[in-house]
Amino acid sequence: MNFLNYVIRRLLLLIVVLFGVTIIIFALLSLFSPAQRASAFIRDIKQLSDLNDIIRTYGLDKPIYVQYFVWLKQIFHGNFGWSTTVSRTVLEAFKFFLPNTIELALFSAPVIILVGIWLGSLSAVYRDKPIDHFTRILAIVGWSLPTFWFGLVLLMIFYGYFKGLFPPEVLSLEAQNFVNSANFIRYTHMNTIDALLNGKLWIFFDALRHLVLPVITLTVVQIALVMRIMRSSMLEAMGKGYVLTARAKGANWKTVIKKHARKNALIPVITVSGWLFAGMMGGVVITETIFNRKGLGWWWARAATQLDIPAVLMAVLFNGVLFVLTNLIVDLLYAYVDPRVRLK
Amino acid sequence: MFFIKKRRIVLDFEEHPRLKEFSFSFKRFIKNPLSVTGFSIIFIFFLIAVFAPVLAPPKWPHEPFRIPHQGFAMIPKPPSPEHPFGTTTKQYDIFYGVIWGTRTAFRIGFMVVGSILIIGVTVGSISGYFGGVIDEIIMRIVDIFMSLPTLILAMAIVTALGRSLDNIMKSLIIVGWPIYARTIRGSVLTLREEDFVKAARALGASHFKIIFKHILPNAIYPVLILASLDIGSMVLTAAALSFLGLGAPEGYADWGQMVSLARNYIVGPPGQPLLYWYVVTIPGLFILFFVLGWNLLGDALRDIFDPKQRRR
Repeated sequence: MNFLNYVIRRLLLLIVVLFGVTIIIFALLSLFSPAQRASAFIRDIKQLSDLNDIIRTYGLDKPIYVQYFVWLKQIFHGNFGWSTTVSRTVLEAFKFFLPNTIELALFSAPVIILVGIWLGSLSAVYRDKPIDHFTRILAIVGWSLPTFWFGLVLLMIFYGYFKGLFPPEVLSLEAQNFVNSANFIRYTHMNTIDALLNGKLWIFFDALRHLVLPVITLTVVQIALVMRIMRSSMLEAMGKGYVLTARAKGANWKTVIKKHARKNALIPVITVSGWLFAGMMGGVVITETIFNRKGLGWWWARAATQLDIPAVLMAVLFNGVLFVLTNLIVDLLYAYVDPRVRLK
Repeated sequence: MFFIKKRRIVLDFEEHPRLKEFSFSFKRFIKNPLSVTGFSIIFIFFLIAVFAPVLAPPKWPHEPFRIPHQGFAMIPKPPSPEHPFGTTTKQYDIFYGVIWGTRTAFRIGFMVVGSILIIGVTVGSISGYFGGVIDEIIMRIVDIFMSLPTLILAMAIVTALGRSLDNIMKSLIIVGWPIYARTIRGSVLTLREEDFVKAARALGASHFKIIFKHILPNAIYPVLILASLDIGSMVLTAAALSFLGLGAPEGYADWGQMVSLARNYIVGPPGQPLLYWYVVTIPGLFILFFVLGWNLLGDALRDIFDPKQRRR
């Protein structure tokens, strides 16, 4: 019963936050002229010619709170407007760009979390030894790296010096042609997964080669957070009574670390992984721009420089929803793993 | 306190607990190699910023942030006696750009974090001290702001305000204050129940005086450490926004923009893949070291002041 209460409370908070996000978006929207705002209501390219009609229909010259509800209604009807940078409706563009971004996240997140946990616990176990100093310095340098510059340097070395070993963009030309041809069935629109499902290994490896540099860039910058949390929670766990008890009973040191300390130290990492996801979307904007990987981030970055308001608003809304949902999942997971949280 | 002993001014650390505390922290600070490294890096950048007019005399004295360039040739030129770091695309002098870019970086860091500190501390202490409905409303607003990634929200705000370096700074202030408000609120919430605050209230001190004289001096440390870490990360985010093309007009001394100018010259012509290495590497290293310096400093300060980590 308690658990159900907890879930309901979190869901109510979710509604508050989502309303807040839409109000921020609307406040941003009201900084633009009516004609610019009208583009947020367009459904297809033919409507571009009669902006004045749209301004009148949607009451863009009416008081601001009236406009808010009109706009909210449009959002609930799934009308997010017209994105001028890619000449499609925002919803179409979103569906088009989403798979590439999910693919990048799918490959980066496990690397960030697993390597982060590994390095963090290594650093805690060998505290104040050279390996600890090394990983800590690595983390702080990674945290200070400008993502956009690091990606470019990687390109200079692995694309330039090693003659196209790890190229930018999503696929090489021949693979792209094959993927677009009729004998390749797009199940998920994610190149690596579709290639495996179609049994075309060469496309899989081609897509993988294009993923290496973006994944490295995202990982190096994001890993510091996981490492730091893992290190401190591991240190705390290693000082606990049950670890000492296990040692006193004669359990092997490695077993104690793996089964007693590390398992309990993992809990805070679960919390951070929600934050990680949100931070990663910011990193994705930069990473996709550098490597010219046509995903959501690439689209949003171009939209921001070309005053494509509906696309930018979509970015804010999507990230708000994503953050709230991942945090909800994390909280539920947390409550599930740690009974102390849900009984409070 | 100070007093004269054998005709010498002596700092007596035994007398006042706050001075004792300060001396202890200072000793830890100079013993830690990371904090000394961080401080030295920042100090070098500070010198570069102060002596910028000597190191790179401006061509237009009333517009020192405009990078001089000779012609508009697209292809970068390698380092030479005339251009120590070479020139980037359109012949902007890289040396001049990074030197004056240091001033830009300090301005962004101090302006953004300074404003955030003032707003965050004021809002946070009001929220924590008065509690009730005000607290509830402010904290929900904080929740909403913190549910959006910094870069994406800042990007949206700059789009709305229009592209410029000043608007990047404004957007970072709008995005940055909530975490400070939340941190300060947490400390104020515990401190307002302390005996010394109750005593001050019983003596009839005003709310204003209680907050600024009794509560804030005890609550400010975690926020100051956060601020020193944030100077680096705010400069980094500002550089990223500049890189995306949301910053100052072309030719302004700004590190992020200089990396962005280098984008078409990452890979050299066939046979000489690393020909244009200096174009992207040099401005990037300036950003890296600047941010690293602040992060090392902030990290060390956190270790020193964090009561959980320090052991006497």
